[in-house]
Amino acid sequence: MDMWLQQLLNAISLGAIYALIALGYTMVYGIIKLINFAHGDVFMVGAFLGYYAMLLVDGTPLGANPLMKLLVALLVAMIGSTLLGVTIERVAYRRLRNSPRLAALTTAIGVSFLLEYGTIYLRGSQGAQPEAYPTLFTAHLDLFGATLKMDALVILVTSFVLMVVLQFIVQNTQTGRAMRAVSFDMDAARLMGISVDRTISITFALGSALGGAAGVVYGLYYTSIDPFMGLLPGLKAFIAAVVGGIGSIPGAMVGGFLIGLLETGVSALGFSLFRDAVAFIVLILILLVRPEGIFGEHVREKV
Amino acid sequence: MERLFETRPWIRVGGVLLALLVGYGVVELALRSGWIGRYGENVLMAIGINVLLAVSLHVILGLAGQFSIGQAGFLAVGAYTSAVVTTRLDMPFELALLAAVVVSVLMGLLVGLPTLRLRGDYLAIATLGFAEIVRISLLNIDYVGGAAGMQLPHLTTWTHLFLSLVLVFTLVLTFTHSAYGRATLAVREDEIAAEAVGISPTFVKVFAFALGAGIAGLAGGLYAHTFYVIQPVDFGFLKSFEILVFVVLGGIGSLSGATLAAVLLTILSTYLQQFPEIRMILYSVALILIMLFRPQGLLGDREFGDLLSVFRPKKEAGVR
Repeated sequence: MDMWLQQLLNAISLGAIYALIALGYTMVYGIIKLINFAHGDVFMVGAFLGYYAMLLVDGTPLGANPLMKLLVALLVAMIGSTLLGVTIERVAYRRLRNSPRLAALTTAIGVSFLLEYGTIYLRGSQGAQPEAYPTLFTAHLDLFGATLKMDALVILVTSFVLMVVLQFIVQNTQTGRAMRAVSFDMDAARLMGISVDRTISITFALGSALGGAAGVVYGLYYTSIDPFMGLLPGLKAFIAAVVGGIGSIPGAMVGGFLIGLLETGVSALGFSLFRDAVAFIVLILILLVRPEGIFGEHVREKV
Repeated sequence: MERLFETRPWIRVGGVLLALLVGYGVVELALRSGWIGRYGENVLMAIGINVLLAVSLHVILGLAGQFSIGQAGFLAVGAYTSAVVTTRLDMPFELALLAAVVVSVLMGLLVGLPTLRLRGDYLAIATLGFAEIVRISLLNIDYVGGAAGMQLPHLTTWTHLFLSLVLVFTLVLTFTHSAYGRATLAVREDEIAAEAVGISPTFVKVFAFALGAGIAGLAGGLYAHTFYVIQPVDFGFLKSFEILVFVVLGGIGSLSGATLAAVLLTILSTYLQQFPEIRMILYSVALILIMLFRPQGLLGDREFGDLLSVFRPKKEAGVR
C-alpha cells in the first residue's frame, strides 16, 4: 500500500513538471500551429540559469535561506527563458509565419540544436558533462508510511501556483482574451485591432517562463542537469499536450499528469528500461484512436 | 546534340554506362594502388552511405512531402539486421544487405500504414518516436550487445557501395518519372486534388515511405560493415537530424541537391571532426538561415539537368 502511495507521489511530482513544459507547447501550438521543438531546450537553459543564479547567491544572506534561494533561481530562470523565448520567436519564427509548416518545423529543430550545442560551447571545458544540482530542502514528511520529500512538495506548490496564474491570465485579462482571439482566427483578430505580433510574443513569453521554471524544479527533482536534458522531457511534454488535446490548457495539465503516472507505473512494474519508449507508443495510439486528445472536442477554448 | 539523342537514345544510355564504368574503374584502381589510402577510403564510404541516406529521405520528404524525422531508425534496423545475419548466422554479406532492405521495408510498412494518416507535424513526432523506440529496444536486447553494440568484420567494399548507389539512383529516377512517381508528386502538391483525380494518397505515401525505409536499410547494412562497430547511440536523433539537413539544405524535392549536400557536408564534417560542437553549431545556424531566406533549399526542386538547360536556347521562346 505505502509502496503504491509512494509511486503515486512520485508520479504526481513528475507529472507536474511535464505539465509545466506541456503548457508552453500547447500555447504556442494553439496560437501559431508550430511544434516549438526548441521549447525543451528553453527548459534546459532555464535549468542552467537557475543553477548559476543559486551559485551566485551562495554566501550572500539571500543564499542562506533555501526558500529565498529557490525564489531567486526561479525568478532568474523565468526571466532568462522569457527573453530567450521571445527572441527565438522574433528572430527565427516570425518571418516564417506564412511559409510552409515544414520550413517552420525545420527551423525549430535548428534552434533546438543551436541551443544545445551553444550551451556546450559556452560551458567550455565541462561541455556536455552533467552538473550536480544543489539540494535545497532535506526535510521529509511522513504520509501514511510513504515519504513526501520536501522537494516534491516544492515542485507541486510551484507548478500549482504557476498554473493558476496562467489560467487567470488567459481567462480573465485583456491579453488573455487577445490570445484566445488570435488562436481562434488570426486575421479576424487583426481586423478587430489586436496586435497579432505582440500577442504571439506574449504567448511565447508565458510559455517560455513556465518552461524555465520547470527546468529549475526538474533540476531539484533529478539533482542533475546537462545540455541534452531538454530533448526527452520536451518530447514527452509535447506528447502530454497531444494526449490532453493540443491547444487546451487544462488538457496539457491532465496530459502531463497522465504521462507522469504512466511512466512511474511502467518503472514500478519493472520495465524501467523501456520507460522512455512508452510515451511514444502512447502518442501513436492516441493519434490513431483519438487524434484530438482528451479535451480536444469538448473544451473548444484554445489559448 | 539534342536531336542526336532523340533519334538514337542508346547513345545517351551508352554514354552514361561508359561514364559509370570509367568512374568505377578509376576509383577501384586508386584504391588498389593505395593512392587513396585507408583514411580516404573511409571518407569515400561515409560519403556514399550519406548519399544513400539523403536519397532515402528525399523519396519520403522530397517526393512524397511527408515529414519524417526518424530516418536513423531505419538506418539502425538495416545495420543491426545485416550485422545479425553476418555475425550470428554466418551468412554472406550480400544476403545480409538483402535482409537489411527487406526488414527495413517491412518496418517502413509497419510504421507507415498507421502513422501516415496523420497530418504533417504529428507524423514528424511519430517517426521520431519510432526511431527512439528502435534505439531503446536495441539498447535492451542482449542478443545484439545492448549498449556496447556489436563488433563487425569490415566487409563493405567500393564495389558494394558503387553497385548500391547505381541501383538506388536507377530505382529512384525510374520511380520519379513513372506514373506512380507523378502520383506521388501530385499528393505532395495537393493531397485533396490528387485524391479527386483518383489517386490514393495513403497508398502513394506508404509506398514512398517503404521505399525510403528500404534505401535507409541498405545504407545501414553498408554502414555497419564499414566502421567495425555499431552501437545504439549512433542511431539517435542526431543522426536523423544530419540526414534531414542533407535534404533540406540541398533542396526539398531535388535529388541532385540532396546528393550534393550529402557529399559536401560529409567532407566538411570530416574536417571538423575534432570540433563536434562547432560542427553542430554551424549545421544548425546554416539550417536556420537557409529556412529563413531560402526555405526551398539551395537548389529548390531543380535538378542538375535543369541547370544545364539555362545555357541552351529555349525551344518555345515567345510562346507563353
